[in-house]
Amino acid sequence: MNKRFEKHVNGRKDLFIPFIVAGDPSEETTINLALMLQEEGANVIELGIPYSDPLADGPVIQRASLRALEHGMSLEKAMGLVKQMREKGLEIPVVIFTYYNLLLQLGEERFFALVRENDIDGLLVPDLPFEESEEWRASCNANETALISLVAPTTSDKRLQAISKEATGFLYCVSSLGVTGTRTDFHSSVFTFLDRVKEHSMIPVAVGFGVSAPEQVEKLKEHCDGVIVGSAIIRQVEEQVEVLKKEASQKEGIDQIRAYVRNLISPYGKVKIHS
Amino acid sequence: MSTSIPDQRGRYGRYGGKYVPETAMYALEELEQSLNEAMTDQEFMKSYHEELKKYSGRPTPITHAENLSKRLGGAQIYLKREDLNHTGAHKLNNAIGQALLAVRMGKEKIVAETGAGQHGVAAATVAARFGLECKVFMGEEDIRRQELNVFRMKLLGAEVVPVSSGSKTLKDATNEAIRYWVANVEDTFYLIGSVVGPHPYPKMVRDFQRVIGDESREQMAALPDKVIACVGGGSNAMGMFYPFLKDDVRLIGVEAAGKGIHTGEHAATLSEGRLGVIHGSITYLLQNETGQIQEPHSISAGLDYPGIGPEHAYLNETGRVTYTGITDNEALDALKVLSEEEGIIPAIESAHALSEAIKQAPDMNENEVILVCLSGRGDKDVHTIMEHLGGDVNE
Repeated sequence: MNKRFEKHVNGRKDLFIPFIVAGDPSEETTINLALMLQEEGANVIELGIPYSDPLADGPVIQRASLRALEHGMSLEKAMGLVKQMREKGLEIPVVIFTYYNLLLQLGEERFFALVRENDIDGLLVPDLPFEESEEWRASCNANETALISLVAPTTSDKRLQAISKEATGFLYCVSSLGVTGTRTDFHSSVFTFLDRVKEHSMIPVAVGFGVSAPEQVEKLKEHCDGVIVGSAIIRQVEEQVEVLKKEASQKEGIDQIRAYVRNLISPYGKVKIHS
Repeated sequence: MSTSIPDQRGRYGRYGGKYVPETAMYALEELEQSLNEAMTDQEFMKSYHEELKKYSGRPTPITHAENLSKRLGGAQIYLKREDLNHTGAHKLNNAIGQALLAVRMGKEKIVAETGAGQHGVAAATVAARFGLECKVFMGEEDIRRQELNVFRMKLLGAEVVPVSSGSKTLKDATNEAIRYWVANVEDTFYLIGSVVGPHPYPKMVRDFQRVIGDESREQMAALPDKVIACVGGGSNAMGMFYPFLKDDVRLIGVEAAGKGIHTGEHAATLSEGRLGVIHGSITYLLQNETGQIQEPHSISAGLDYPGIGPEHAYLNETGRVTYTGITDNEALDALKVLSEEEGIIPAIESAHALSEAIKQAPDMNENEVILVCLSGRGDKDVHTIMEHLGGDVNE
């Protein structure tokens, strides 16, 4: 069992798992965003690796990927950023979110060498479904790296059972079909879906895809152990992109995003809001 | 050759599989089950073959290119005339099959991706024929380049959805079609245009295109010595080759070498690509060192794809099929020659296969036979041809 997951994730009911894209819009911003998110109560950082063809992502994350690719971000460079985050005090687990092709090109051996070198805790591969994941699952287990599994509302009970049995870290529930991106409201069936997953899962259950308002977090609280927030944060980054790019104003931009995040996860009561 | 290709997991050796988000797995399982039922249902297969005959005009003939063969002074060249299929290319064979399957599955809408617009037109055509709503995803860049096909699709009642993500071409249109499909799988069928994508797509498209090879085997007096077809994603080639796999026939797939392999501007996936994942399948693809997918180049939009069907990757590895490359200029020369010698203007895609035949024929005997899959007609390419050959083609 991975120690950081044990300390920061296990048994919690208020998981806040933000997703940021490595290098969007700069390496320095990514490091500072991760540190800010930890201060605001994040339990895990999902570090997205930009890809030319992100099949599971909506337009917001697609644009973030392009911004990061413009200056040559790669899986290997992104993993190197985690070391810098650790040096500056990041204690929570970091999960690398990468499409499978990037992982294949880096290779298993090199990937796990970088995992050890940079204190990385988990891996999430959105286009590596359960059926194709056996080999990577075994090597993740051997390297004390959580392999985050996804389940969707269309996942059958039989599949859900098989996936939960092998899942490590936390179980990622996709709130609705389609791609990542903010949604104004969830279909009511998401709650029955989450209750169904909770029944099967032995590890924390977190929900993602479309989480973008405190009202949603409030409603979801009773049905799962946490939320994954991606596009909503990336959209904030996009709005602040020019501010974040300049060294003089970067802190200002990050504080804007801090305020947004603080409000979003306020139902968890993690950080006392000072008036 | 094993008959159980692909295996249960959709693998052709180490190629193929299902590398898609969990949200798409249900849709693929549903499709696989329906496909297996349909392919063993005699009524379904009968209606598919009836449509091919009475709507699409099959079987397409085989033409002996006598003048061309005489000029080359070697093997006899025969052409499988997919250009005479309805809508002008082999694409409709597959579109008919998948549309019938969509209807059988109770889906009311289809989505498709298109590059040059040929598959988009085929999808729009069958949607009109079978009363389905049709959305075609097409890159903004391609929409600009293929105005005429965009108009044809609209005329057929389809909605053309511009794709502005990534490089705004075929690979991005495919990404967008998959994204849309996954979000709307309950009432929508994804009608993919080539032997690519996650299992069971490569197998399904091959099985709906094998009519090309099946007909050819029946029509030829004897087995040809060589069969040549062009390969982008590889659907006309797979359809042509598949029924010949167990025969003593040399099979040759021709990739687009674009401006020349050494220029880096080509679509020669098997010779220049590396193993990776594209659109849900493990295969060869053009990519940079870190794994970002690269834009291919070919004068022919139909071959301008950075990946290749997984079964081709497998047949390349086993050596059963030999893959070569033909440049833009070589293809244009072949196109001109066929137009002049036989009165047939081939699609630039098909001209790649023809060019390889023209290269190989002189070294063969007069009693040997090369069968070329003439996958489509060149009407759609007239603008491109004019741009490259100039106004005066006889210069």
